[in-house]
Amino acid sequence: MLTTLRRIVSGGAMNFGRSGLVSFATVLIMTATLVIIGTLLFLSAILSNTLAAIEDKVDINVYFTTTAAESDILSVQADLKKRPDVSSVSYTSRDQALADFRTRHADDQLTLQALDQLGENPLGASLAIKAIDPTKYAGIVNFLSDGSNISGGSSIIERINYYQNKTVIDRLTAAIQATEKAGIAIVILFALASVIITFATIRLAIYSARDEIAVMRLVGASNMYIRGPFIVAGIIAGIVSALISLALFYPASYYAGKSLSQWLGGFNLFSYYTSHFAYLFLVLVGSGILLGGIASFVAVRRYLRI
Amino acid sequence: MIYFDKVTKMYRDGTPGLEDVTISIAPKEFVSIVGHSGAGKTTLLKMLLAEDTPTEGTVFFEDVDVHSVPKHSLHHYRRKLGMVFQDFRLIPNKTAYENIAFAMEAAGRADDEIASDVPYILNLVDLGNKGGHFPHQLSGGEQQRVAIGRAIVNQPDVIIADEPTGNLDPVNTYEIVEILKKINELGTTVLITTHNKGVVDAMGKRVITMERGRVTRDDAHGQYIL
Repeated sequence: MLTTLRRIVSGGAMNFGRSGLVSFATVLIMTATLVIIGTLLFLSAILSNTLAAIEDKVDINVYFTTTAAESDILSVQADLKKRPDVSSVSYTSRDQALADFRTRHADDQLTLQALDQLGENPLGASLAIKAIDPTKYAGIVNFLSDGSNISGGSSIIERINYYQNKTVIDRLTAAIQATEKAGIAIVILFALASVIITFATIRLAIYSARDEIAVMRLVGASNMYIRGPFIVAGIIAGIVSALISLALFYPASYYAGKSLSQWLGGFNLFSYYTSHFAYLFLVLVGSGILLGGIASFVAVRRYLRI
Repeated sequence: MIYFDKVTKMYRDGTPGLEDVTISIAPKEFVSIVGHSGAGKTTLLKMLLAEDTPTEGTVFFEDVDVHSVPKHSLHHYRRKLGMVFQDFRLIPNKTAYENIAFAMEAAGRADDEIASDVPYILNLVDLGNKGGHFPHQLSGGEQQRVAIGRAIVNQPDVIIADEPTGNLDPVNTYEIVEILKKINELGTTVLITTHNKGVVDAMGKRVITMERGRVTRDDAHGQYIL
């Protein structure tokens, strides 16, 4: 059995080599497909990284009215801290808010003069809430919106800024999903082209080996022994294409990593390539094997009747 | 060993390939099938090889209905038959040695068996010193001897030779016939189709004569009569 398998594999390698230009065309189109698949993996990583960075910056700021008692606000803070979906709650007093405002607008004399003319502190205290993950914010907002949970009633809350952040997150998520969908459509298109070209290659290989196949039949070769080498040739084309794609991504991610790192918020494509090499290798080689295997399997089923 | 039981083959256009053919061939027999072109000789062999199916009747090989053998195990049956053709059908980019070894590889034989059997077979067909030659470097007779070597290397029960001397000159024809006789004497059943009267008459073995798909003569020590 092992001997037969070895002969099938070496026969497949021979078929692949013999087909020369046709094999080259197959490898070329498969490489294009796998490069697109790989690019999508990189793109997905970039988008996920961006989303994670934005999500990390997201919090809920609850602004209280200027008349809200500090004890009520601290009570709300204590209640929030007890919730399992809350990671942290930081309190900014009215005085601190005013001091922060003055610091932020230190160069804006006009604003500071306007503030001084008011004669009193127009800023309310606030709570900055961080949830354990972004999906929990809706629940926290509901908790705050329900007046029965707040010591001074919901009237002490002036506004909650969650909804503005939510829109940004939703838009980004939608953009990611749209990109993924477009990517999948492109991959399917190229995968189809790869399968058709590999299919044609195997058909040609079967045609040029017809005498050999006839002799194989005559001497009682099994179906697997006759068909196997053609399927192996398809799989070899897939593996070679995957290795070429991986090799191409090395310099591409190196240069792109250098020049785009700052633009991508510190995300380095080359670091991703090296740290996720096993994952990229598995996905690309797996896709190559699948593409080549499926195309050649269908071709031998159709053109190599035994 | 081989039994054609009232076998009829009608082609789609209504032409009969074989008509009510009943033949029995015993082990170790040497049988020549003669007849004009289109007499049904090749159709008969195709039936035996399970390459074609009869319209009526049954072909038995050792009590097994050849056409009931499932496709996936047909290769086991075909390993019992060794085929030789008029046009040799050697693989051009393989040497004589590799052509014979190829048959053993396809049958799943081990490397050490191949290494020991192929040189023996090359000597048997008198090509011991030409194992490294490619088909185009060999004469027609030598190519046919390689083909015979390939047919016998897996020790089949029957050698089926379809016009094996059709492309050969008298000297090579004589050599091929001698090799086939030797194989038969070693215990292998030989079934040949031929147009060559000299070959059949010199053999003095069983001759089955066919005309328009029918068996018209079956002589135990027959001659080529048409």
